[in-house]
Amino acid sequence: MSAAAGDRHIVIVGAGHAGGRAAEALRAAGYKGPVTLVGEERHPPYERPPLSKELLAGIMPIEKIYLRPQETYAELGIDLKLGARVAEIERREQRLRFAEGGSIPYDALLLTAGARARRLPIPGGEGPRVLYLRDVEDALRLRASLEPGMHLAVIGAGFIGLEVAATARKRGVAVTVLELAPHVLARVVPPELGDFVAALHRRNGVDLRTGVAVTAIEEAGDKVALRLQSGETVSADSVAIGVGAVPNCELAAAAGLAVDDGVMVDEFGRSSDSAIFGAGDVTRHFNPIVGRAIRLEAWQNAQNQGIAVAKVMAGSAEPCAEVPWFWTDQYDMNLQTAGAPAAWDRLIWRGAPSDPGFTVFYLADGKPVAATTVNNARDMRFARMMIARGKPVDPAALADKAVKLQDLAR
Amino acid sequence: MARVATQEDEVMSEDTAGEWVTVAARSALKPGDVLGVQVKDKEIAVFDLDGTLYATDNQCTHAFAYLSDGWLDGDVIECPLHGGRFEVKTGKGLGPPIPCDIKTYPVRVSGGDIQIKLDG
Repeated sequence: MSAAAGDRHIVIVGAGHAGGRAAEALRAAGYKGPVTLVGEERHPPYERPPLSKELLAGIMPIEKIYLRPQETYAELGIDLKLGARVAEIERREQRLRFAEGGSIPYDALLLTAGARARRLPIPGGEGPRVLYLRDVEDALRLRASLEPGMHLAVIGAGFIGLEVAATARKRGVAVTVLELAPHVLARVVPPELGDFVAALHRRNGVDLRTGVAVTAIEEAGDKVALRLQSGETVSADSVAIGVGAVPNCELAAAAGLAVDDGVMVDEFGRSSDSAIFGAGDVTRHFNPIVGRAIRLEAWQNAQNQGIAVAKVMAGSAEPCAEVPWFWTDQYDMNLQTAGAPAAWDRLIWRGAPSDPGFTVFYLADGKPVAATTVNNARDMRFARMMIARGKPVDPAALADKAVKLQDLAR
Repeated sequence: MARVATQEDEVMSEDTAGEWVTVAARSALKPGDVLGVQVKDKEIAVFDLDGTLYATDNQCTHAFAYLSDGWLDGDVIECPLHGGRFEVKTGKGLGPPIPCDIKTYPVRVSGGDIQIKLDG
């Protein structure tokens, strides 16, 4: 509890997952001063994972993805300003200037401006039939392209691209996935696991091609033609692109804060200005467990860094120190992965790809630095504990399903 | 709902809020463990906390996952999917991402069986 915090005005820029969780965490931590939560979108804070799944499939109403009903913010004494775009952070005056005019003062500022979909820099990459997926409106637009019998081309076989492909297949849409790298999910899992996921998509009827470069997207009547480097052409009704995200750190950079592919913050969320903090996708933050500064595009980090930094702003001295954790749902597969290893030298399989569920541990010098579960989420808790602990484990015991992970994690 | 009274109703007439339903053998659940069972069309999780049984809804209120696949940490169950936590004894959700609590149900042991009473 921070009585000293008194009536400081805390302003949160970015009303996404991190900003929403941070705002409510300020109240949960006992902070009683004024809180303003500013967002560009017209929706109150929401969780993004359903955008490529239930919301895209049209089986979940929009309100269901909101963190809280919109009226709750007023009940919590949080001034929620939606549809508002911040034009400038005036650090000397401790003021935010809005694009529409007007300004508000702050005593402490939390940047949770998130990230945006990376644009594919090829000719035609911004055409009317080319869709990106980052927010609710994007999902609703893309949903219109997922009518049974249509053909969707997906560029990028990361989490977003493959989730969109799976949702499209479930809706009876023909899908072609084009990935530049030799394996799918290359940023997240090793090739062996990527190939497992690729096979899942092919079994579900996806025309999945890796090692393919798209050089241009051309309008062709009511269709699009994707030109490939090989000289081939793929024709589709529309194109969905999932090639990563770019942090929204322009405001911070323009204000002279330390920025390097993300707003630089420490493990407490403190930026290079003592009145300004950051959390979520927008940050490159020092992670004490991983031992270096990392930028994450992830649900867990949005929620938990948002909460941890809000607590720091309310007087806590606890750093945010968690094993990075990601998941994806495609068809009937739940894949979770933990850790952000720079390198590993050995994979230990606990179970086989032919099993209903299995877990893979990544070892570096005998220590688990990452783990992936496939339809085996129950192992994830203990895998994360082992990664956090950073002690060597017996590879034979790790591979032996008769040995309880719980015992190895102790 | 209008129903014709049967002999079974008479037997159970003391339990106006519902009937006890056998869901598993008592021996199927060990201390510190959780068991997922189906009672009629409901998914229920039964917990053994140091020999005392508790029952709650099995489905997490945040996303589709069974708590019985999760991790029982003392008297708190952690969802395997996104780490949401609930107090087993009360069903209370312990912070984000949990939007609302889970229901709890009366549970008893009768003749070596675990029995649960759903709402009437």
